[in-house]
Amino acid sequence: METGTSRVKRGMAEMQKGGVIMDVMNAEQAKVAEAAGATAVMALERVPSDIRAAGGVARMADPTIVEEVMKVVSIPVMAKARIGHYVEAKVLESLGVDYLDESEVLTPADEVFHIDKHDFTVPFVCGAKDLGEALRRIGEGASMIRTKGEPGTGNIVEAVRHMRHINSQIRKVQNMSKDELYAEAKNLGVAYDLLIGVHENGKLPVVNFAAGGVATPADAALMMHLGADGVFVGSGIFKSDSPEKFARAIVEATTHYNDYKLIAEVSKNLGAPMKGIEISKLTPGERMQDRGW
Amino acid sequence: MKIGVLALQGAVAEHIRSLQLAGAEAVTVKRVEQLEEIDGIVIPGGESTTIGKLMRQYGFIEALQQFSAQGKPLFGTCAGLIVLAERIAGHDQAHLSLMNMTVSRNAFGRQRESFETDLDVKGIDEPIRAVFIRAPLIQDVGEGVEVLSVYHDEIVTARQGHLLACSFHPELTDDYRLHQYFVDMVAQSLATAQ
Repeated sequence: METGTSRVKRGMAEMQKGGVIMDVMNAEQAKVAEAAGATAVMALERVPSDIRAAGGVARMADPTIVEEVMKVVSIPVMAKARIGHYVEAKVLESLGVDYLDESEVLTPADEVFHIDKHDFTVPFVCGAKDLGEALRRIGEGASMIRTKGEPGTGNIVEAVRHMRHINSQIRKVQNMSKDELYAEAKNLGVAYDLLIGVHENGKLPVVNFAAGGVATPADAALMMHLGADGVFVGSGIFKSDSPEKFARAIVEATTHYNDYKLIAEVSKNLGAPMKGIEISKLTPGERMQDRGW
Repeated sequence: MKIGVLALQGAVAEHIRSLQLAGAEAVTVKRVEQLEEIDGIVIPGGESTTIGKLMRQYGFIEALQQFSAQGKPLFGTCAGLIVLAERIAGHDQAHLSLMNMTVSRNAFGRQRESFETDLDVKGIDEPIRAVFIRAPLIQDVGEGVEVLSVYHDEIVTARQGHLLACSFHPELTDDYRLHQYFVDMVAQSLATAQ
């Protein structure tokens, strides 16, 4: 009997496919998310849009919040650690969290190194905006990738850019000859073995979810249409006018992402989505997607 | 022979691949009308609360109960096993209520307790590599249910006539013998129907 194998960790992410993972800040929101059909919840002290508003250093959530959420739902519970913050990740693992997000939404703790994720029994998800980042994170042991997007903006444009970019890079690698792959591994800054896998299979070796800017059912469906395996919704649900309705509608739109009549139906009378931010209004320091290396 | 994989949420593509390796034509099923075109169905792993909720919403509960009443085979893995059971420990409401057994959700613990192991399954010659992810187990089985495998005294695979269920994920390995077992069940049901 073996725990924490790559098959067990990656398999856990496979089971989330076609699903919606929702950010929650307390037990009550976690119950709303579960009842709406979320496949997992991300337990946080503040959702990304609040982190933006508050400024300062954003850290791992208070363990009380994480434990409270774990107590009330039977679906998996995820939590975020700062980039490179080994101890925050170990603390969350010790609480029994089911999945760790080494996340650019929090203030990075290390400007050079990410966490060695092979050193954990619990699997990790990491953000990526291109194939190089995705494969570096997988090399470090990530079992799931998500686009970075631009968290807490309610603006889907960056997640679209990242998903399209990664998929177009994958297609390019797929069509390269074997001798071109050595130089491409150097260009991307990734291990040759991982790149060969992408060349042969035409996809990442782990699932790739969309995250960072999903605010409406149609946003979620668009990301599925672009090839996402599933969707993370951060501020989009509990910063909208009617979280329960938004949560249910986003779940349905993700399952039936190419049934436009159904998406029209679930989009009726939802009330206002979260207020969005135009990306060009962000200062370089406010761009979360540029964190991570 | 055409076998469907219920594609509301979960690991669908892996089941399609395993069914194809076992020689069956495999299709994803998202709408109840599609049940008419298929001879058997797999309910995949995923989150049972999500899958159960969406099944209810889109009329799959009654439709799959009718599908089963026609003697067409169903195979549930992990969350799919929970969906097939008549009783879920600690919950008032079951989903399809087809198999005479009580299941316990997340019975082995959280993700950090998830594991893989070699497992003997009755009807399959050599042990199979079984991947258990936040897996349920079968607490007890009633009349008509045959136990096919046991792990540390806990029931993890069972069959009741045309219904098959396991706690683990046979679709996550390249070994498709359990899918072959199910494909054979579907072939048998087609032969009987004729």
